Amino acid sequence: MNSDGPSSTSGVGGSADLATPRRNSKRPKYSKFTQQELPACKPILTPGWVISSFLLVGIVFIPIGLASLLASRNVVELVDRYETACIPDGFKKDKVKFIQSDSNKTCNRNLRVKKDMKPPIYVYYQLDNFYQNHRRYVKSRSDQQLKSKNKENETDDCKPEATINGKAILPCGLIAWSLFNDTYSFSRSSQKLQVNKKDISWKSDRDHKFGKDVFPKNFQNRTVKGGATLNASIPLNKQEDLIVWMRTAALPTFRKLYGKIEVELKKGDVIQVTLENNYNTYSFNGKKKLVLSTTKWIGGKNDFIGIAYLTVGGLCFLLALSFGIIYFVKPRRLGDPTYLSWNRNPGGGSNN
Amino acid sequence: MSSGEHLLSLSSDSPSPRSPHLDFSNLSSSLEYSSVVFEDNPQANLLVKARELSGDAHLDLSGEHSASPSKSQDLHSTRFRSWDFPMALPPPERKKGLVSWGSDSNLQHSCEYSPMSTSSPPRGSSRTNSVVDQVEIPRVFRKSMQFDDGPSREGNYRSIHINDPAMTNDKYRFRGNEIRTSKYTLINFLPKNLFIQFHRVAYLYFLGIAALNQLPPLAVFGRTASLFPLLFVLLVTAIKDGYEDWRRHRSDLYENNRKGLVLQSGKFLNKKWKDIRAGEVVKVCVDDSIPCDMVLLQTSDPSGIAYIQTMNLDGESNLKTRYARNETISMDFEEGEISGVIRCEQPNRNIYEFMANMELDGQRCSLSQSNIILRGCQLKNTEYAIGVAVYAGQETKAMMNSAASPSKRSRLETYMNRETIWLSIFLIIMCGVVAVGMALWLRRHESQLDRLPYYKKSYSVTGMRPAKLYKYYGIPMETLFSFLSCVIVFQIMIPISLYITMELVRLGQSFFMVNDKHMYYKPTDTWFQCRSLNINEDLGQIRYVFSDKTGTLTENKMEFKRASVYGKNYGTFLAASSTSQDKDIAGPSTASSSGKKRWKLKSDITVDSELMDMLHKDIEQDDRIAAHKFFLALAACNTVIPVHASSTCIESVNDDVIAIDYQGESPDEIALVTAASAYGYTLFERTSGHIVIDVNGEKLRLDVLGMHEFDSVRKRMSVVIKLPNGEVKVLVKAEGLRTLVVAAKDLAGGELDTWQRMYEAASTSLTDRSSKLRQTASFCECSLNLLGATGIEDKLQEGVPETIESLREAGVKVWVLTGDKQDTAISIGLSCKLLTSNMQRIVVNGNSENECLKLLSDAMVKYDVKSTNGRIENLQLSENAETDNHEIPDETKLNDLPYSKVRNDEGSQSTTKAPLALIIDGNSLVYILEKDLESELFDLATACRVVLCCRVAPLQKAGIVDLIKCRTEDLTLAIGDGANDVSMIQMADVGVGICGQEGRQAVMASDFAMGQFRFLKRLLLVHGHWNYQRLAYLVLYNFYRNAVFVLMLFWFMLFTAFSTTNAITDWSSVFYSLIYTSVPTIIVGILDKDLSHKTLFQVPKLYAAGHRNESYNLQLFWITMIDTLWQSLVLFFVPYFTFKVSTIDLYSIGSLWTIAVVILVNLHLAMDIKRWVLLTHCSIWGSILVTYICLVILDSIPVFPNFGTIYHLATWPAYWLCILLIIVLALLPRFIFKAVGQTFRPSDIQIAREAEILRKRRGYVWSKPTEGSADVRN
Repeated sequence: MNSDGPSSTSGVGGSADLATPRRNSKRPKYSKFTQQELPACKPILTPGWVISSFLLVGIVFIPIGLASLLASRNVVELVDRYETACIPDGFKKDKVKFIQSDSNKTCNRNLRVKKDMKPPIYVYYQLDNFYQNHRRYVKSRSDQQLKSKNKENETDDCKPEATINGKAILPCGLIAWSLFNDTYSFSRSSQKLQVNKKDISWKSDRDHKFGKDVFPKNFQNRTVKGGATLNASIPLNKQEDLIVWMRTAALPTFRKLYGKIEVELKKGDVIQVTLENNYNTYSFNGKKKLVLSTTKWIGGKNDFIGIAYLTVGGLCFLLALSFGIIYFVKPRRLGDPTYLSWNRNPGGGSNN
Repeated sequence: MSSGEHLLSLSSDSPSPRSPHLDFSNLSSSLEYSSVVFEDNPQANLLVKARELSGDAHLDLSGEHSASPSKSQDLHSTRFRSWDFPMALPPPERKKGLVSWGSDSNLQHSCEYSPMSTSSPPRGSSRTNSVVDQVEIPRVFRKSMQFDDGPSREGNYRSIHINDPAMTNDKYRFRGNEIRTSKYTLINFLPKNLFIQFHRVAYLYFLGIAALNQLPPLAVFGRTASLFPLLFVLLVTAIKDGYEDWRRHRSDLYENNRKGLVLQSGKFLNKKWKDIRAGEVVKVCVDDSIPCDMVLLQTSDPSGIAYIQTMNLDGESNLKTRYARNETISMDFEEGEISGVIRCEQPNRNIYEFMANMELDGQRCSLSQSNIILRGCQLKNTEYAIGVAVYAGQETKAMMNSAASPSKRSRLETYMNRETIWLSIFLIIMCGVVAVGMALWLRRHESQLDRLPYYKKSYSVTGMRPAKLYKYYGIPMETLFSFLSCVIVFQIMIPISLYITMELVRLGQSFFMVNDKHMYYKPTDTWFQCRSLNINEDLGQIRYVFSDKTGTLTENKMEFKRASVYGKNYGTFLAASSTSQDKDIAGPSTASSSGKKRWKLKSDITVDSELMDMLHKDIEQDDRIAAHKFFLALAACNTVIPVHASSTCIESVNDDVIAIDYQGESPDEIALVTAASAYGYTLFERTSGHIVIDVNGEKLRLDVLGMHEFDSVRKRMSVVIKLPNGEVKVLVKAEGLRTLVVAAKDLAGGELDTWQRMYEAASTSLTDRSSKLRQTASFCECSLNLLGATGIEDKLQEGVPETIESLREAGVKVWVLTGDKQDTAISIGLSCKLLTSNMQRIVVNGNSENECLKLLSDAMVKYDVKSTNGRIENLQLSENAETDNHEIPDETKLNDLPYSKVRNDEGSQSTTKAPLALIIDGNSLVYILEKDLESELFDLATACRVVLCCRVAPLQKAGIVDLIKCRTEDLTLAIGDGANDVSMIQMADVGVGICGQEGRQAVMASDFAMGQFRFLKRLLLVHGHWNYQRLAYLVLYNFYRNAVFVLMLFWFMLFTAFSTTNAITDWSSVFYSLIYTSVPTIIVGILDKDLSHKTLFQVPKLYAAGHRNESYNLQLFWITMIDTLWQSLVLFFVPYFTFKVSTIDLYSIGSLWTIAVVILVNLHLAMDIKRWVLLTHCSIWGSILVTYICLVILDSIPVFPNFGTIYHLATWPAYWLCILLIIVLALLPRFIFKAVGQTFRPSDIQIAREAEILRKRRGYVWSKPTEGSADVRN
């Protein structure tokens, strides 16, 4: 940021001494390297460099900020929080009991589209206060078991959900056990909107991490289920909900991709959502939200990057300006020996 | 100063340099002094500086101007007595009190030393300097006395039966001659090496962390990953140790299997070294190494002399003489039966002493140091030598001496440890926060714990069994475990790797110091040596330099310049006349006078023609006889060995010219012998029994009856010789060897018998031999006839005044500590510009505690020095209210004291304004250091610009260094060249040895060694500055680098319900300080430099940056920590807000953090780099690249949960924007701070740097800011 281009120090040092005849002795070998005189670039922070670096940052950051902000603003997002709304009135006081009961958990929600949404429209579920990044949770999985058929008994890391009646659970561990099991179906004007649930997970995970010959075994066989059950006849690499779920989220509030709607939604459309409210977040007061969102290059709707870039860029312009004024008002000749400590306060101590 | 630059050593230089002649009181006092001065160096270095004025003050013993008509030989005793000592003393007392060279007063000395003597006579009024001798410095020195193994007690000896190893080894099992320097064997390597390695605290820390991580509830890292750092370090160290040991094994094997000639059944047959046993007779041929310590029995030389080179043992390159006893030199080993018993002391480390006696056929004779040859030495100039092995293998002195000197710790490292404590506190706070958070969280969710899908404290219930807990131990235990896991995750907060990094960096710095061509001394082919790798950076903060004088400031190359013979001074005019003239005079006169043969000598001596003429006068005059004896004594009374050069090129040309090379342990002796030779008294041959001196072509054989070698207590040496005509004479050289008086006397009759008896008894004694010998010496070294005195010149080393000037300008105080007397010290101070004429000299020469206190307090009051303990104020009322802060050793103030001001108001205020110089002698120091006047001395000394300590003993030197070390925070450096400087060198924070003329003991004890004093300037101002800047930055940067990473993890933990989840993969966490960020720090630590050596050399004041702790201090540490905090917040929260509610997974955000923190810390470093070379570029950008490569590799292994992350991330624009934002935002405050700081508060270094770079770039002429710093020469 403040380099000066190479200014060689060679030739300044003892080039005269280099000419002295050498003796056959242990005398050190002279080279620019050993004499620490390799050609070097020695940047100094001149006012010019300071101001131009600020300006450069400003010039780069403000357009990026504007573009990001614009992109973020153009993302259309529909969010519906439903975990309370989907509890029948009678169960409002004891939601956990409801969720653990066998009663019908179907719930209907209506979403109004505020702006045109171009496909693909991503359907996410968003959980709050769910610490998928908890250490106990993150570690409770067996990647070997997921990958290869003959490692199905590698369940040591999966405790406390490793075995049932002495038989290995596959997929084992808390993560798989707590697989999200709310389901959504969408319709617009009584016309069903297809949700594409293919390719919602990372391709690398499907291809290399989850075996194509590994099938669920002994999964969710307990009376109290942790979450979704898996179809034991579908290999793991096809169980995309599981694959998505097993990419544990970084933060306690997270979204996971549920599927994609590949038709355009127009402004004013009302989307009817039929959802099965199965997942128990009530025991830890977790929120559940359904999100429909388009994406831009920047990702989902998030103004942070745009605003941050604009702020930093603006700040740098400001700094460039103020430094310019400072240098103009109170210039200091670079390398001016009068600023040396022993010249500034002659006779007095330079320290102490 | 033309001739004044020469340092002439004349024994009785006038105390007042201006007075051309000495009066008797002066003479006597100086002689009195000189006989008892505590000589700090056994080889003598009492050097008298001629003085700056001119060469006109000279020694005048008998005194042309003196009224004394007496030309009597015993002038000394009568005179001295009458002038210096009260006659009223009773006879015995008087005798004791008589302090003249060669008198019995030395008996008193030896009595005081000897444990046998209990009665110490009263001192009388004489100024008995022997106090100095017996001084016991009260402080306990933290130095390892290298030769403290005292002689063995009587009865505790070993008997060696000559040529009877069976009997020798029968009773006692002496060690065989096999040596083992290797530490390990194949079997014990692993356990022993590990055991040794775990002595280091750092490794224990690693081990502790790794062990914690193995506990099931704490397994934060994968087990392998957590062991990796420890295993890595252990492995590297083990390989290094193993390699070194393998080499030792190899050399041991080689040594042990060497063949030596051992007498076996009447014949000398080859035998492996390792099979040689004590008691066996061994034959060593020329140029062979000596296989074990053995007593010489016979050599090829008929007189039993063997020359050995002790280079491997003590580093001295000159040949030393060893003698076989007369009793054994004629033995026939291969035929006759030999039997005898040697009783010698138990094996010890003292290579300078050996005590034994030998019994042959019922006759007992003594054996000493001169009869033993030690393993590791080489036989030279002697065809063969036969000896009997006394110590073998591990018991040889060479093996017992292989111990390392104590290691020192640098100031920066001490500070660093203080800050490490702060970091530990941070670590504990962070872990505490997480643990408390965990406890609170658990408590709040206690009822839910089993239902929380992400916690699930117990196994799922199947059937009716009660739930079994899974890794849940209750809230208190969980809190504790949480704390411990945190310690594991945050372990790099304590920068253990920093210690390894620092070692590497210092190694690199040493490489550059060693290879600096400006510190290479060509004449002696000495290059710089780094003997200690721990204190490179201390060189940049030295405040006090304690310098020895002889051999350090001066060359210690002696040249005979003047003589006073029989009261007449010779050689004065030589100093004035030009050298070419001298040669003209010297050349023909030697040739003409020496008659048949000429001895070619290595050095040319200018001969005083007047003296020469007198020597060749045929008239038998007193002065002629005195001159004759004088030179005879010079030639005979020494330990110099003449080596006849066998190179034939000279001889073939001219048979008359034989080259003689004198080899001796002391340069002074060689100078004297050479001088004697120039005057026609050539020492031709020396054996233990006789000396042959060629007197003007006529060979004179003198039998040596006994020799009292020089020791620092007597400060003289004498030799008892028998002239061919049967006369027995004692020849004495007293008071050192350089400033020296020569005397002689005849020894005859009863006196001779007594002496012989005493000598015999003393020299065969096994106990207290030295004190007995000393007594014997005192017996004969009295009532001597004065023959004359000699003056030897020792030149100042090149560049000494300039170096001292620069150091002073740099704010370094140079103190000279010398064994010389006061006048000499002052003259040397003047000639090396330490003292200047405008200085106020404070001379402290006290003889008692009160006197010293008074002198000190007077000076303090007079010059208005503030006392720290107030005693002075109580003693005397302070008259002057003006409080000038003299007590602070402020370099600028001292340097820039406006002299003009002094001149302006001279008279009134000059006393308080002029720079002060303190001259203190060893005698006063005894009282001061012993009697609790230290603080006064300290106050006064630090207020002075110059301190000269004269007549100080080696331990006092260390005492003075310790005085400063104890009372200030300032760093001290001691520089010296001789054995007498060892204690000082070891005491000081940094010890520098000069590879000079006096052996290598100082070098062995030093941390750095070099060829010349003037290199000190470069060492401190250039390398010291660089090392300090580099290492200081390195430490701060390493703190930052690790802390920013840890803090980032910490913020994340607050968002994981206080569970110690690490978003960064195990391997990345391990690699962070090991691979991702380690190389640039090392490269920058070695290669970065703020200023060129020219600038640093020209502007010594820049050195003060180190004094001000500018590059590393607590304030900087806190600023760095605040910066770290900010950067860690940016690191964490930018991704947090960017991906706050999104699908991002744990490993993606971890990957983002990893790369962001690596780029950030590398760019942070890049921002501070002052000098970019190719290597720097490679390391910085390479590190970032390597990090990416590592991430790609780690993310390509399917079994890791982070599989595939980087591939996805790289496709997100938000990822790249995030990184850019983090870098800019995190570095912005630092950049602003730097820019503002450099604009408004530029440091000296910054200005000098700008000037240097701009000058170069646009031919900018930088007017030098200082006036008197012109010396660029090196």
